[in-house]
Amino acid sequence: MAVATEPRRADLREPAGWRRTKNRIATTAMVVSFVVVIIPLGFVLYTVIAKGASIISWSFLTSPIPVNVAPANVGGMGPAVLGTLEITALATVIAVPLGVLGAIYLNEYGGKNWLSRFIGFMADVMTGVPSIIMGLFIFSIWVLRFHYSGLAGALALACLMLPIVIRSTDEMLKLVPNSLREGSYALGASKSRVTLTVVLPAALGGIVSGALLAVARAAGETAPLLFTILTVATANANVFSGPNTSLPSQIFVNASSPYTGAQARGWGAALTLIAIAFILMIAARLVTARFARYQR
Amino acid sequence: MSAVTQADQAAAGSAPGGLVGRRGLGDRSFQWLALGCGLLVLVILVLIAVTTTQQASSWFTTEGWGIFGTKWIPAENKFGATPFIYGTAVTAIIALVMAVPVSIGIALLLTEVVPYRLARPIVYVVDLLAVVPSVVWGLWGILVFAPWIQHIYAHIASAVTGVPVLGFFFGTPTSGASFFTAGIILAFMITPIVTSLSREVIATVPAVDREGAYALGATRWEMIRGVVWPHSQGGVVGAILLGLGRAMGETIAAALVIGSSPVITSRLFSTGYNMPAVIANQFGEATGVFRAGLMGLGVLLFAFTIVINIIARAIVDRSARRKRGA
Repeated sequence: MAVATEPRRADLREPAGWRRTKNRIATTAMVVSFVVVIIPLGFVLYTVIAKGASIISWSFLTSPIPVNVAPANVGGMGPAVLGTLEITALATVIAVPLGVLGAIYLNEYGGKNWLSRFIGFMADVMTGVPSIIMGLFIFSIWVLRFHYSGLAGALALACLMLPIVIRSTDEMLKLVPNSLREGSYALGASKSRVTLTVVLPAALGGIVSGALLAVARAAGETAPLLFTILTVATANANVFSGPNTSLPSQIFVNASSPYTGAQARGWGAALTLIAIAFILMIAARLVTARFARYQR
Repeated sequence: MSAVTQADQAAAGSAPGGLVGRRGLGDRSFQWLALGCGLLVLVILVLIAVTTTQQASSWFTTEGWGIFGTKWIPAENKFGATPFIYGTAVTAIIALVMAVPVSIGIALLLTEVVPYRLARPIVYVVDLLAVVPSVVWGLWGILVFAPWIQHIYAHIASAVTGVPVLGFFFGTPTSGASFFTAGIILAFMITPIVTSLSREVIATVPAVDREGAYALGATRWEMIRGVVWPHSQGGVVGAILLGLGRAMGETIAAALVIGSSPVITSRLFSTGYNMPAVIANQFGEATGVFRAGLMGLGVLLFAFTIVINIIARAIVDRSARRKRGA
């Protein structure tokens, strides 16, 4: 009872020793590992913004791509911006409905049966397939027969987006409470009707935000486009035929160029691309915050 | 109104399922449509394997076991894949060696150290690494990072020349674009996925176990060693394997910073090549057996990554199920 009569607060911890030092070292190592990640991230973002901001302007975003040797203040990335927008939009139109329907099968019809679990598992595996393989695949199955086009690029991007959309939609459908479905069935609605008019609207916020993140991922991809759109310097408004170009593939070309003008345009395009990805990401956040009724 | 009559008819007719009536045509076709879209995943995966193998067949038939040769010289019709398989393995290992400790460190920081409201911004920042497109990492890698790190390589190389083991790996020749640079860039790119999956796994450790360890007087580190690690070991291995799969398949950044020379060397600071990078760089100008060879590299890469991903997903899923069972 000597401790109780002691006026000072008793420190029950062991006196500072090796155990506590080790604990401190471990905690410091964890903080350091976070710092190790911030440094390159900050470095990349700083470089892209610093080098990109000096060249980017409305005319940069709309002017034609000049020859590689042209100085930095000539021309811009117009065709690449156009290509990225039309190819990504087409890929979204293809992949999102298919992915949402696939997720509806997984969650509403398949449930826990083996096929549904197997498809879900393979969708997870498919997100790990290298994006360049999607390019080779569309090259073999489409480009060899129908030649290079924005559509071929969009198909490759859609293959990449499909499993992502399926997975994120599946997560969101799982969050919709069963009582909503049961209530609708009790009113005599058919399963498709319940799914389309009750379940999907309830999960819409989450589905849209997941789709936006998939689009952000696809918009930055280069590898699937290399062998599907051919990367030309001229603008092509027809996404269904003829070679096309895109921001990522144009950056890839310019990065290997020895000319400073081309490199500067590469930085400008990189900033544009990152800006697009950020806008999509922020949009996804806003959609989640405003419209998602059920969250993880 | 129509729904009511349907239900009435169903109740009147003696359907075996009780009140459930015959489902309408639209309802059934919607189910088939959804099933078709789900099956699309499997169809695409099978089609990838079939069509790319078909396109690569002339490489397999003309080279035979020569596909694993050590020389890749298109001008002499020599298409051996070993330099690229070697380069893929080396860069992926470098990336893992750097990314895994950092990722696990961040995952532990998020789950065990910082409070929730601080954890969210940290997660955002780490996820930003994944938002930067591959090609932007490549652009930065080749124009900014490689020229900068070249000097460091040169210093290290001159310091370790003659030292037995270190000299073998880190000696001359050196180049800014090299196996090691590619490995570093890949490490940045796979950190977010390894971190987020490790975090998910670590978060499944039951709070009771944690509190028990603390009640016995363990420090935080002792608690992590004794409770968190044994519980989440398996899942973290799965997360690391997924990171490996990503590192092997990441194309454009590697294509720009790896130095593009198909050599097999122990020198990590020398220029090299890996499978996705050679496909990206040479496919455009390739025809005949050359193109088939690159397609074949794609087939090999697809096979490797599929196998790794299946194993990894199985491990991660199993550890997630165990948590639900507990």
